[in-house]
Amino acid sequence: MTAPLSRSDTHPAFISVENLSKRFGDKYVLEDVNLHLPKGETMAIIGPSAAGKSVLMKCLVGIYGADSGHIFLEGDDVSQTNAPKRFEWAERIGMLFQHNALFDSLKVWENICFRQIELGTMSRKAAKEHAIDLLGLVGLATESADLTPNDLSGGMQKRVGVARAISTDPSVLLLDNPTAGLDPVLSNHIERIIGKIAEQRGTTVISITNDMQIARTRYQNLMMMHDGKVYWSGKTADIDETHNAHLTQMLNGSSHGPITMRTGKREDHVYS
Amino acid sequence: MSKPQNVPGNVRSKGLVDYLNDENVRAVLYQIVAIGLIILAGWYLVSNTLYNLEQQNISTGYGFLDLEASFEISETMIDYSAKSDYATALLVGLLNTVKVSFLGIVLCTIIGIIFGIARLSSNWIVRKLATVYVETFRNIPVLLQLFFWYALIPGAFPHPRDALEPLPGVLLTSRGMYLPVPMADTAFTMMGIAAVIACVVIYFVKKWAKKRQDATGQPFPMFLAGLGIFVGLVLLAYLAGGAPTDMSMPELKGFNIRGGYNISPEFMAVLIGLTVYTSTYVAEVVRSGIQAVPNGQWEAADSLGIRRTVALRKVILPQSMRVAIPPLTNQYLNLTKNSSLAVAVGYPDLVSVSNTTMNQTGQAIEAISIFMSIYLGLSLLTSLFMNWFNKKMALVER
Repeated sequence: MTAPLSRSDTHPAFISVENLSKRFGDKYVLEDVNLHLPKGETMAIIGPSAAGKSVLMKCLVGIYGADSGHIFLEGDDVSQTNAPKRFEWAERIGMLFQHNALFDSLKVWENICFRQIELGTMSRKAAKEHAIDLLGLVGLATESADLTPNDLSGGMQKRVGVARAISTDPSVLLLDNPTAGLDPVLSNHIERIIGKIAEQRGTTVISITNDMQIARTRYQNLMMMHDGKVYWSGKTADIDETHNAHLTQMLNGSSHGPITMRTGKREDHVYS
Repeated sequence: MSKPQNVPGNVRSKGLVDYLNDENVRAVLYQIVAIGLIILAGWYLVSNTLYNLEQQNISTGYGFLDLEASFEISETMIDYSAKSDYATALLVGLLNTVKVSFLGIVLCTIIGIIFGIARLSSNWIVRKLATVYVETFRNIPVLLQLFFWYALIPGAFPHPRDALEPLPGVLLTSRGMYLPVPMADTAFTMMGIAAVIACVVIYFVKKWAKKRQDATGQPFPMFLAGLGIFVGLVLLAYLAGGAPTDMSMPELKGFNIRGGYNISPEFMAVLIGLTVYTSTYVAEVVRSGIQAVPNGQWEAADSLGIRRTVALRKVILPQSMRVAIPPLTNQYLNLTKNSSLAVAVGYPDLVSVSNTTMNQTGQAIEAISIFMSIYLGLSLLTSLFMNWFNKKMALVER
């Protein structure tokens, strides 16, 4: 908690995470995480299961409050869930959840413009038109607006999730495993849509992925996470072969490589 | 065992043991034995009953229903006097049962939802109070609760002479609550008919509106239109009936209160007892329903900057009600059946009237068969309605 609040003013980064720690009970799920991303750039977060990727993302969007450290978005400290302007900030961050988390009880268009309808910033008629525009952007037909999420296939649900995430035209787009459970063709399609959105709207994108190929080809920056810590981060172009090999081992669950950072069992090292 | 053994020609060449080991033969044999036992038990019961009836010189049949009941019932929703027949008396009892059950179901649902949500509140006091309420009233037998409320109400309120008047025209006494009601008038019958007609009209307008929206995408303000049709038609009937404004006000005459509508202490005790008891179960059903909704739904609403209260109403509750409907049906059935305990505090429900009928006529079998089939019918109707509702709300998975 020692980082001065003014630091982000001097920092060129658009999103800036400083010494972020988060624990559940006694378990540290994030430890001293640092992340800096300039406006309009894209970043992939990669790492094995239980590395803390999703928790980091939920901290960024404000679902979890930080135990220590800070998250700055355009200079505003958004690291606490009780921050006074939190409900306004939600407009600036859009998030796609791992399992989409679409609202079953609502129609597709009501899902996409849920915030606008509930806050009354749009009439229902305008909201539906806006939703149909967004559906077109993610490659879905107008007719799907009146369906419910359960009428849709997995790939279609994912696209509705993306449409909901960008419905307020956020400056930051967070994607938790946007291609999980999709076949390679659909994965590519979703990644292309995301790339298009980022390019057209100048959106800053952070995306969790398990696919090194996608991370290397489609994202400018890369952050490797392991056991709640940042293992490596930098430009995608700068990954050297040692890191790549370690990372591959990490993703494959091998007991070599970066595991040597630790001295004993996982619990002994990380959670004691 | 490769060939079917139930062909008669095959049997003679096999031993009896082989025959009994055949699965097909066994399946049929077991069923014959089971059906035989049921028939035997039934025959025993019927013949035993008939023998006993004969011994006691009781003639069977439902003819007694047309006889004069010659007993008073303290609370009736229809015209009834001691001169009415037993069939009318039983109908009075049935209506009283339906009245208390229906009101109980509506109230326990409302109270149960409130306490179910309160048990999950982030506010410590609210959460603990709800827990105490649920755990207390859920774990005391409902019959004792009825006694408790019945002892409390006449004791807590004053004699009619010193009646409390919390609202103008509303009197609270040890003989129950008195409310002012409009004087009976044909206009009210007409209003009732108008309300039914309005519902039919709304149904067809809604059908048309949906058809049009499906075809052209034009939405129709169904809620406003429906409200307009209903209020308009009922109001029209009221005005056509001469707009009666006479009210029957409860007033002290002598030692008792006359006029107005009386809610008896017995009815209040039964209604409060059943409502409170069942609402604790409804609260638990609602709580489990809310907890069955994946946490991701809360998080998604949160990430969109939606407050928890709004998320609960718009996202979580619609989904949890879906899970809650089948166990909710159980509670509604329980409440209806538990209303038969009303006899314990003297509320003239179906069982109470049937008991009197039985005592006076000696037609125990007939009276019991009547109220048992009525309860069965009520429960099946409730189930049918809830199954329909469940189907309507259920998620269609593809």
